Amino acid sequence: MSRYSFLSLLRNGLNHHRRWPQAWRSPAPKPAYDVVVIGAGGHGLATAYYLAAEHGIANVAVVDKGWLGGGNTGRNTTIVRSNYLYPESAAFYDFALRLYERLSDTLNYNIMLSQRGLITLAHSRHELEAMAAWVNAMQVNGVDAEAIGTDEIRRMAPLLDCSTSARFPVLGGALQRRAGIARHDAVAWAYARAADARGVDIIQNCEVHGLIEEAGRIVGVETARGPIRAGKVVMAVAGHSSVLAAKAGFRLPVTSYALQAMVSEPVKPMLDVVLLSPATGVYVSQSDKGELVFGGGLDLYPSYGQRGNFPTVETVIAGLIEMFPGASRLRWMRQWAGITDVVHDSSPIIDRAPKPGLYINCGWGTGGFKAIPAGGFTTAHLVARDEPHPLASAFTLKRFETGAMIDEAAAAGISH
Amino acid sequence: MLLIDCPWCGPRDEIEFVCGGESHIVRPAPEVDDAAWADYMFMRTNPKGRHAERWGHVHGCGQWFSLVRDTVTHEISAVYRFDQPRPAERD
Repeated sequence: MSRYSFLSLLRNGLNHHRRWPQAWRSPAPKPAYDVVVIGAGGHGLATAYYLAAEHGIANVAVVDKGWLGGGNTGRNTTIVRSNYLYPESAAFYDFALRLYERLSDTLNYNIMLSQRGLITLAHSRHELEAMAAWVNAMQVNGVDAEAIGTDEIRRMAPLLDCSTSARFPVLGGALQRRAGIARHDAVAWAYARAADARGVDIIQNCEVHGLIEEAGRIVGVETARGPIRAGKVVMAVAGHSSVLAAKAGFRLPVTSYALQAMVSEPVKPMLDVVLLSPATGVYVSQSDKGELVFGGGLDLYPSYGQRGNFPTVETVIAGLIEMFPGASRLRWMRQWAGITDVVHDSSPIIDRAPKPGLYINCGWGTGGFKAIPAGGFTTAHLVARDEPHPLASAFTLKRFETGAMIDEAAAAGISH
Repeated sequence: MLLIDCPWCGPRDEIEFVCGGESHIVRPAPEVDDAAWADYMFMRTNPKGRHAERWGHVHGCGQWFSLVRDTVTHEISAVYRFDQPRPAERD
């Protein structure tokens, strides 16, 4: 792997940028690997990278039915944050954010992390009180959090309607200054390039049709390019987890929903924080290109259609205009949807599957992007050592039997 | 936008309805073990394709019923009352 640096930029600039090497190979699948990861999204690629970098297991393939980073990793609203309520989640997601803070250096790839701060707005006295408890919980858990007033919010987001005549008046907010946005594609590309450099084979356009089972153990995958045998198989397929689980003969506590996001036309800088409003059900930031990037709640019924339905779009845009009346003049440029793997307690599942040889990374629901570094790190640990990483020991399938849920539905901010 | 044929009110827009998840889940006897109870409470078939699910006409007649909907195309192939079994599939 040739390192990216100011010097390499200069050298390639003098060559009119015609001699940049490929960022990763496109190898043909080998007949067998130590580990096969299904799903070349953020979590799958990060798992492969950490298997190679932290555990010395580089004989790894990542297979994907499409192109890498083409699922939810390329469809989210790019927000990173760790403002969770419970200690287990706070430790896990803050670890992810700390890895994100170093990721550009670690992977030698600019993920364009911008820690511009995220404000969750409070629109009623009850929300203010709940927010105070939430901010306190975050501080106790060692995560940065501040409760701020309307004047501070008006200063940070001047175009936000903070007037008393607003449909949802802004009474205050919870600010996490370390939260922000990162370039979502770059995160997938960075992990792909770094994993490839350590010998991981990334095999795109190679759909998994089934799992190979011998004597009750998963020993490989049937793919569009033939069977690939594996010592261990990891599934990191988000919204399609139930489909793959059905092929292995078990069910998951997962329901797949479409989550939509959209962007406006690009405009001059108007918003340099991330805003989230539980009352309007909208989260919004402005991209470096100037587009308003925003989204809202889930679509109203289970779906595998990566497109979304119009009633939800209408609700989200109405919410945005409540917050920014000026946005009513903006043209709507693009809309898309990802299929999210929603679990009852809005917490992930990082665990051994009921079938030996198979490992699960799923249940991220609407918030998988922010968790990518920690999800990959802890999944790699689980696969390499066959025991859960301490940070992920609460996120097992067993919790649905014992009742030890980590109910983060409220901390997700939007009522998904 | 789905047009849902409520068994009592006829075709109405999806915004009048709420989806209540998978149909035909049978509650086990209370004395089953934790695994069986978790299976009943939390595990879902969540198929990619035809899915039998409960819908409530909450902004209409208030009645609940089942329908079979394709989770990719959203095509509704059957609507039936709660006291009726899932209709045989036709392709």
